[in-house]
Amino acid sequence: MSDTLPLTGHARADRTPHSLAEWRAIGGYRAVERALQMTPLELVNLVDAANLNGRGGAGFQAAKKWRFMPPVGTSPGIGSNYLIVNGDEMEPGAFKDRFLLEAMPHQVVEGAIIAAFATHSAQAIILIRDDYRAGITAIRRAIAEAEAANLLGTNILGSGFNLHMRVHPSAGRYIVGEETALISALEGGRAIPRKRPPFPAQSGLWGRPTTVNNVETISLVPHIVANGAQWFRALSRTEEGGTKLYGVSGMVKTPQLIEAPMGSTARELIDRCGGVSGTGVLRCFQPGGGATPFLEPADLDTPMDFGHMAKAHSMLGTGALIVLDTGTCPVAVTARHIAFYARESCGWCTPCREGLPWAARILTALEDGTAKPRDIEILRMTAAEAGPRGRTFCDLMGGAMGPLASLLARFGDLVEAHLDGGCPIRRGQL
Amino acid sequence: MTARIELNGRWVDATEGRDLLSTCLENGVDVPHFCWHGALGSVGACRLCAVRVYSGPDDTMGRIEMSCMTPVRDGMRVEVEDAEAGRFRAHVIEWLMLNHPHDCAVCEEGGACHLQDMTVATGHRNRRSDAPKRTHARQDLGPFLTHEMNRCIACYRCVRFYRDYAGGHDFNVFGAHDRVWFGRAEAGALDSPFAGNLAEICPTGVFDDKPWSQHYARPWDMTETPAICTHCSVGCNITLHERAGTLRKVQNRYHGAINRFFLCDRGRFGPWFVDAPGRITAPRHNGADVTPDGALAIARQAVANGAIGIGSPRASLEANFALREMVGPDRFFAGISDAEVAQVARMLAILQSTPASIATIKDFESADAALVLGEDLTATAPRAALALRQAARGAEKALAGEKGVPDWLDQAVRVAGEGRRSPIALVTPLPDALDDAASHPLRRAPDQVAAFGFAVAAALRGEAAEPEAMAVAAALAQASAPLLVAGLGLSRAEPAEALAAIAAALGAKARIALFPPEANSFGLALLSPKGGLESALAANPAPLIVLENDLFQRADPAAVNALLSRAPLTIALDCLDTATTARAGLVLPVASMAEATGTYVNHEGRAQRSLAARRPTDSAPAAWRVLSQIGGLFANNARLDDVLARLATKIATLAGAATAAPLADAMPPVARAPESYSGRTAHDLAGRVAAGTLPQTDPDSGMGWSMEGRRGADVPPALSTGPHRPGMHSVSAAYAAQTTIGGPLKGGDPGALLLVKTETPGQALTDPSPKGDGLRWLPLHTPFSASETDHASPPLAARAPATQLLLHPDDAARLGLMAGAQALVDGQPCAARVTLDACMPRGWVGLTAPRGRSHLVTLGAAP
Ligand SMILES: Cc1cc2nc3c(=O)[nH]c(=O)nc-3n(C[C@H](O)[C@H](O)[C@H](O)COP(=O)(O)O)c2cc1C
Ligand code: SF4
Ligand code: SF4
Ligand code: SF4
Ligand code: FES
Repeated sequence: MSDTLPLTGHARADRTPHSLAEWRAIGGYRAVERALQMTPLELVNLVDAANLNGRGGAGFQAAKKWRFMPPVGTSPGIGSNYLIVNGDEMEPGAFKDRFLLEAMPHQVVEGAIIAAFATHSAQAIILIRDDYRAGITAIRRAIAEAEAANLLGTNILGSGFNLHMRVHPSAGRYIVGEETALISALEGGRAIPRKRPPFPAQSGLWGRPTTVNNVETISLVPHIVANGAQWFRALSRTEEGGTKLYGVSGMVKTPQLIEAPMGSTARELIDRCGGVSGTGVLRCFQPGGGATPFLEPADLDTPMDFGHMAKAHSMLGTGALIVLDTGTCPVAVTARHIAFYARESCGWCTPCREGLPWAARILTALEDGTAKPRDIEILRMTAAEAGPRGRTFCDLMGGAMGPLASLLARFGDLVEAHLDGGCPIRRGQL
Repeated sequence: MTARIELNGRWVDATEGRDLLSTCLENGVDVPHFCWHGALGSVGACRLCAVRVYSGPDDTMGRIEMSCMTPVRDGMRVEVEDAEAGRFRAHVIEWLMLNHPHDCAVCEEGGACHLQDMTVATGHRNRRSDAPKRTHARQDLGPFLTHEMNRCIACYRCVRFYRDYAGGHDFNVFGAHDRVWFGRAEAGALDSPFAGNLAEICPTGVFDDKPWSQHYARPWDMTETPAICTHCSVGCNITLHERAGTLRKVQNRYHGAINRFFLCDRGRFGPWFVDAPGRITAPRHNGADVTPDGALAIARQAVANGAIGIGSPRASLEANFALREMVGPDRFFAGISDAEVAQVARMLAILQSTPASIATIKDFESADAALVLGEDLTATAPRAALALRQAARGAEKALAGEKGVPDWLDQAVRVAGEGRRSPIALVTPLPDALDDAASHPLRRAPDQVAAFGFAVAAALRGEAAEPEAMAVAAALAQASAPLLVAGLGLSRAEPAEALAAIAAALGAKARIALFPPEANSFGLALLSPKGGLESALAANPAPLIVLENDLFQRADPAAVNALLSRAPLTIALDCLDTATTARAGLVLPVASMAEATGTYVNHEGRAQRSLAARRPTDSAPAAWRVLSQIGGLFANNARLDDVLARLATKIATLAGAATAAPLADAMPPVARAPESYSGRTAHDLAGRVAAGTLPQTDPDSGMGWSMEGRRGADVPPALSTGPHRPGMHSVSAAYAAQTTIGGPLKGGDPGALLLVKTETPGQALTDPSPKGDGLRWLPLHTPFSASETDHASPPLAARAPATQLLLHPDDAARLGLMAGAQALVDGQPCAARVTLDACMPRGWVGLTAPRGRSHLVTLGAAP
């Protein structure tokens, strides 16, 4: 399945999933056959050489994570290792995993089989956001077909490898996407994150070594096995391997999902969407979803990969590019985001649980024209005190503070202007 | 491994890998915190404990870290007063206070509130939000606790204690984000017999002690007296809070070997009997008032007529000793059955001759295997049951440790431990409240419990035994600190005998705990009574002097009736009206534990001093003083220390009791009231007592009655109610008095261990099997009610379940009894209706009834 659009190139025009036979006909599951002839360590090394960064938001190297997984019998305790595929996708602006789950289910299952083998996991769980009913159905059917063909189950294809795979529909909370909260939810507990260390590879689901990977990360794996590390790296424009699924939304003419080389620029992506809509003039954009800091037109040509976005003081996140034209107020956008994160806070730690609703209330007051100068100070305090890593228990709060901090840094005057009777853009004053 | 860290510029020794917060607290640096708790460990929820940490000399930037989640590393530098860390802590408080109602003026907790203390400590002052505050619903949680959820700061301590620590199910956290809510799915009394601890574990006023709330006084307006719980043989340490002569609140008082941070609800709410309506205030003769002098004259005549004394496992050592002194050792009997006298004495003999060490409650928690033989521990020694729950987690902690997860990282331990449980075998007749913590919840009929134990002993000696006994024996043998527990809950001696056999096989590594029925059962036994009620009956007819004892609670009513009927005169000394005082010709009021200092000997043989929390009234002095007046035993101005000194000369084994607390005149008085106590000279004495006529110091304890006197670190632990450091007013600050978090008190844990090891194994007891028609009695227990003092406590009485009568369906069918039927027990109508329970052994009837019954139960349908 060598091609420049490994993730989406084989999708059917109507985006309905392939049957197993159809998937095999276009080369599907050959990567599984190949992988099962390798050792787990060789697989990890291959993925390492491909420089596959996790697509769930943090960009952590997949191979590095896999290497922590102890071979069966070498870790204390009893039971299997677990592979969990994270399809919770609730980040504002993100809709990439949805496509992969709904239209390319066998790609996910195939990747999960290989990743499970590489991580010595005899159990794989694909957790899917509950609203993604079509994705849940598609993955369940793909698993059933794979089981019937001995691509799952015991002694897969005569390799001696056993793998049981199942779907777990999530209960519908954003925090369930955070890998440790996800594990807690899978165990039947409240979706509250867990302290790291111990990392999931040390003590994950039911205390067993566990790897959590994003749907997109997993979907790329079969292609690396099929085509090799060099090919994978060559797909990218930067050091970070592969293509990336960018989901463009907001003020563009044709919002859409785009598979493009890793390191594509915002300008290219916006152009492919027919350009900025509304006023037609770009004010700013969030490169990777609601929890990523705003960038301005000056960064339109910065390669959108994890490294370059970080250097530009933002984040690639989920690659969900949110575009704001000059007629869209970033205060209003931030207010909506913060209200979402406040609602989705798990309620475990103080700065997030109490700080986000306060910030959300102030942002709304700014829009409404009822805010006071002191309120802006409170927003600055919140971003400064609760934003840095380690201030809160997990990264939800830090993520939420990204857009707020950049709003204050980049659009301070605009924010202040809201003190005179509300949003100046809405009032037609800008 | 020791590490050296620089803490606020001072190098201190620390333990590598231990949490930094505990390390700071132990070194006298009071880092603010909420969610951390000495018994619950670290979870990192509140984010208040932020400090700046530099990894070593080369680290010039440092990082703000949560000290409770940060392991100590050698060479680490820690700045608690760092400006950025301090600012962050103040902001955490600001966030928490956004929705807090600021209702300190009407909040029970106000003045002893950890949230108040932390707010002041961090410097947060000015409210910057004018938004409306969030409000929450509250619930009626029953007679023990108030619930005002608006005060919640979502530290999660309550749910962690209730569910994770105490194993409760009917309490949880609901909702999410800033609407998390802590309570029950629906209103109603909390199930757990440890629910009362929520009042202390909650750092704010969400949960407070309801009886206190209903008899409220500000925390700084109550005197605080160190006392001992007298509601079971564990002997938890408590603080009695008093104002204007009435009890206001009972609080946990930390003892490093016993209760540490928690009490059971019987202990927390039981002492309310001291202000119950049933208190006896004046002497009565044949139901009519009699003058004190008249009463004394009658009593003296009775003694002259050769009265016999009936002691009490409820009464203090001093009171029992005074009675023994008055009637003479040969006429001193215990107000319990003969069988129980023998059983308790035998327990002491086993404890003294076994190679096993005597387990403290703290030892329970570190046991790596346990066997409970026959005892419904949650009902008969509740605090011990709570400790055993923690032992179950040992295996989990060990596995987590193998994975590199330190034991203080509480939630991570629970996950990494993969649900492993240390082997705990519970051999009981009925399903047990601890079953969920047990690896081997085993059911045996009462008379088969000991047989199982002997089978375990046989297996340990390498003999053949039933498979379950083999499994339990293997677990005990493998353990490095196996724990053996029994009691008298089944009114049987053999379980303890079986444990003795097991202990003999396991040797010195074993730890053993034998729980007699009451707070001073062991104290009474150590006074060597001549026997129990049946023996007293044989010594009759003679006038009876019954000390603080409703005999109907402790012995077969038939035997009690026989004894009382045969006595020409019964003199009852008690603080409460009971069935026994109702039968007594002469009733003499005496002080309750709230007004009498006295010594109690707990299940370990630890003598502990419980101090009077208020002056006794003139009409009801301490029982030993009343007895002394009758018998002329001690000088008029004798003090408790004089009684103990005589006791030491008379009974050498009890000499140690005198050292359970310092001598009353060993030092200047200790202050009892806080420095900010209001109405210090007037409120409770105004108009009743002329100034200067009352001693300002309790002659029996050396505690002052007022706010004058020594306080703080100057006060020895036996007389101390807590650390009382400036700025720290709540129970959450209890750690400050501990040498290490959860370890012994600074100055040593109080009490005197009386038992010494002997070589003589003594004579084993066997239980008779009653012959004839009828069902055998299986005693039922509840954590909320065990004796007449429990029944008399209004909050406990409101919480106690109805009495029960359980039958196996087959027995019921045979007897023609249906579920819900009214039954006759021994021909008398029974208060409880018949409940059918397939878990009941056949041929037995489960009955909430006074102990000491030896004959079979005849059951019939009520006409
Ligand atoms: C608040 C929060 C929400 C998250 N939601 C998701 C999600 O929906 N899907 C996802 O794959 N990762 C999500 N993550 C990241 C995961 O914790 C984890 O890093 C990721 O699943 C690892 O996969 P990867 O290594 O393949 O990127 C979230 C993280 C945070 C802090
Ligand atoms: S930052 Fe804290 S409250 Fe927010 S989601 Fe993470 S753990 Fe929960
Ligand atoms: S009720 Fe009290 S203990 Fe429970 S979370 Fe709230 S403040 Fe903490
Ligand atoms: S366990 Fe016993 S001694 Fe402790 S508080 Fe409860 S009743 Fe009192
Ligand atoms: S005490 Fe450390 S986070 Fe709460």
